[in-house]
Amino acid sequence: MVPSSLAAFPRLQPGTVARIEWDRLSSPEARRLRELGFDEGADVEVLHRSALGAGPVACRIGRMTVALRRVVAGAIHVAPPQFAE
Amino acid sequence: MTALAPLVALVGNPNAGKSALFNALTGARQKVGNYPGVTVERHVGRLALDDGRPCELVDLPGAYSLEPSSPDERVTRDVVTGAGGFERVPDALVVVVDAANLDNHLRFAMQLIALGRPVVVALNMVDLAERDGLVLDAGVLAAELGVPVIPTVAVRKRGLDDLRVALTGLVGRGGSAPGDGAPAEDIRTLQRRARLLARRAVVSETPTRRWTQGIDRVALHPLAGPVLLLAILFVMFQAVFTWAAQPADMIDAAFGGLNGWIEASAGESFWRSLVTDGLISGVGAVVVFLPQILILFLFILVLEASGYMVRAAFLMDRLMAGVGLSGRAFIPLLSSFACAVPGIMATRTIDDEKDRLTTILIAPLMTCSARWPVYTLIIGAMIPNTPLAPFVRLQGLVMFGLLIVGVAGAYAAAWLLRRTVTRGASSGFMMEMPKYQWPQMRDVAIGLWTRALIFLKRAGTIIAGTTVVLWLLLSFPKPPEGSGISPIDHSIAGRIGRGIEVVVKPIGFNRDIALALLPAMAAREVAVSAIGTVYAIDDSESAAGQQGLAERLQARWSLPTALAFLMWFVWAPQCISTIAVTRRETNGWKWPAFMVGYLFAAAYVFAGITYWLAVALGL
Repeated sequence: MVPSSLAAFPRLQPGTVARIEWDRLSSPEARRLRELGFDEGADVEVLHRSALGAGPVACRIGRMTVALRRVVAGAIHVAPPQFAE
Repeated sequence: MTALAPLVALVGNPNAGKSALFNALTGARQKVGNYPGVTVERHVGRLALDDGRPCELVDLPGAYSLEPSSPDERVTRDVVTGAGGFERVPDALVVVVDAANLDNHLRFAMQLIALGRPVVVALNMVDLAERDGLVLDAGVLAAELGVPVIPTVAVRKRGLDDLRVALTGLVGRGGSAPGDGAPAEDIRTLQRRARLLARRAVVSETPTRRWTQGIDRVALHPLAGPVLLLAILFVMFQAVFTWAAQPADMIDAAFGGLNGWIEASAGESFWRSLVTDGLISGVGAVVVFLPQILILFLFILVLEASGYMVRAAFLMDRLMAGVGLSGRAFIPLLSSFACAVPGIMATRTIDDEKDRLTTILIAPLMTCSARWPVYTLIIGAMIPNTPLAPFVRLQGLVMFGLLIVGVAGAYAAAWLLRRTVTRGASSGFMMEMPKYQWPQMRDVAIGLWTRALIFLKRAGTIIAGTTVVLWLLLSFPKPPEGSGISPIDHSIAGRIGRGIEVVVKPIGFNRDIALALLPAMAAREVAVSAIGTVYAIDDSESAAGQQGLAERLQARWSLPTALAFLMWFVWAPQCISTIAVTRRETNGWKWPAFMVGYLFAAAYVFAGITYWLAVALGL
């Protein structure tokens, strides 16, 4: 299975951050993302996606729930846990 | 020079429960001020150490790391590193971490510990962590971090004594080493170490379906979520108008009683008239709105404290993104329905400068509570309350229409501004969504109390002052006896009013409105008392003196004039406090000047269009 991004990863499925395309993000965005705990190898789970297609995504990272815009979520590639590493 | 009490700083991530801990430790003994030169609130309070020594406790703004990305975070960094200017160097730090979110909060805690100052860690909200099936060993954590770790539950006052004991040991032993700067480790290495450490401190972890996720399944549902948000907003506005009616009547009666008592006990004189017609009527007309404002703030504070507000921002982000704003802007804009001043102050949570500026510029378009007295008076007097459908009457519909014009106007203005003066890359929306919590009565009460004080202070100073000044300007000089000249036309205010009238005549405004517009710059609701004062003085020598304000309006205003007046108040930035807070928040006169300019221009154009359209339609 090919890793897909947080913007498309199925909801309520355990996942692991496989890769983050840092260069697609602005530097404050990248820093905030790191501060919120996003990092290769971190456990994530998509909890909610807002309606209308292009709204933000809410996901669990560690023990936190974080809301992200689709654009940012698209830069975060996620794989099911067994595919990571 | 007296020795200063030791200073202890509370520091931690946003949502670590810092403010609740601060409230629990200092109680009512706290002061809110501002750090010099920046628009960051400084919360400071007193606390008695275990050996009886007093100690000053300062609640620093929440931060994610020592690399600041907002003015708030810069204050936090400069205070804890001793870099500067904002605060003296703290003698000790209380690092507050959320027990249920150690992975993340420990990273910042480790950065802070590495600074080399005396530190005690408050492992806060341990009860919520346990409810989520997470049991932690504070001893392991203390050994790993090399500093005392005290489990606390700020809202239940658990662990506060232990915290005080630990602080007593830390403070005043001297040896507060100067900060040796941030550690060289980069954020990712620190994060990985923090995650490892957090895992070691876990005694047991049972995965439970957290109730936060349960609520979110409805609150963030693509369909149910927006419906719930609308329902909450509907209940909120409904409550503002229905619950406030009775207390407002009581306040009104109290002021009326006071006036009656003065009139009965003092002979007719200039001073009596100044106090009753000027001061008490003017202030009373405004204080009547205190219940509405408090109810609105009650809802906002509860929504905020419960954690729902961030969900509302999540739901609104898509809509806001459409005009180049972020969902975060929803929170300050909602507050602006009560008053634009706290709304504009709440924009501080928006990281992006252009985004924040745009939100500030459109905040005055939300229908703040100062407009209600104006709308209520004019609509009540000039619009017939014809039933249109079950539960829908014309007056209510006009009121709702004005509210919608404000929101739609703000939306359009944001779109336009983001393409012109505040153009920039579209800002992001990245936000931690805190766990739901039952709002603490105490924290909500403190918040409401602060708002009530601010409002009453305003009524007692700005509004009382302008009402009295207007009364004086309207009363002097007196026309010669028996000359037949109306006392207002002869007065100073009357002459100024005629000057303004020339400008506003094309949009259908009469002399009375021109007279009311100037004092209404102080605050919109002054327009009501100003019109009242104008007619009270004007009619004092005629039989019409006994009429109520509504009848006087009906006799003198045409419907197109009234509609134009309402439209004017949707747009016009008639509020000194808003202009002042905008100046403070944008550090200069440029943006408040721009805001006043564009809003007055819009007010003039749209009021004019309304007037001529109404005339053309033969209303």
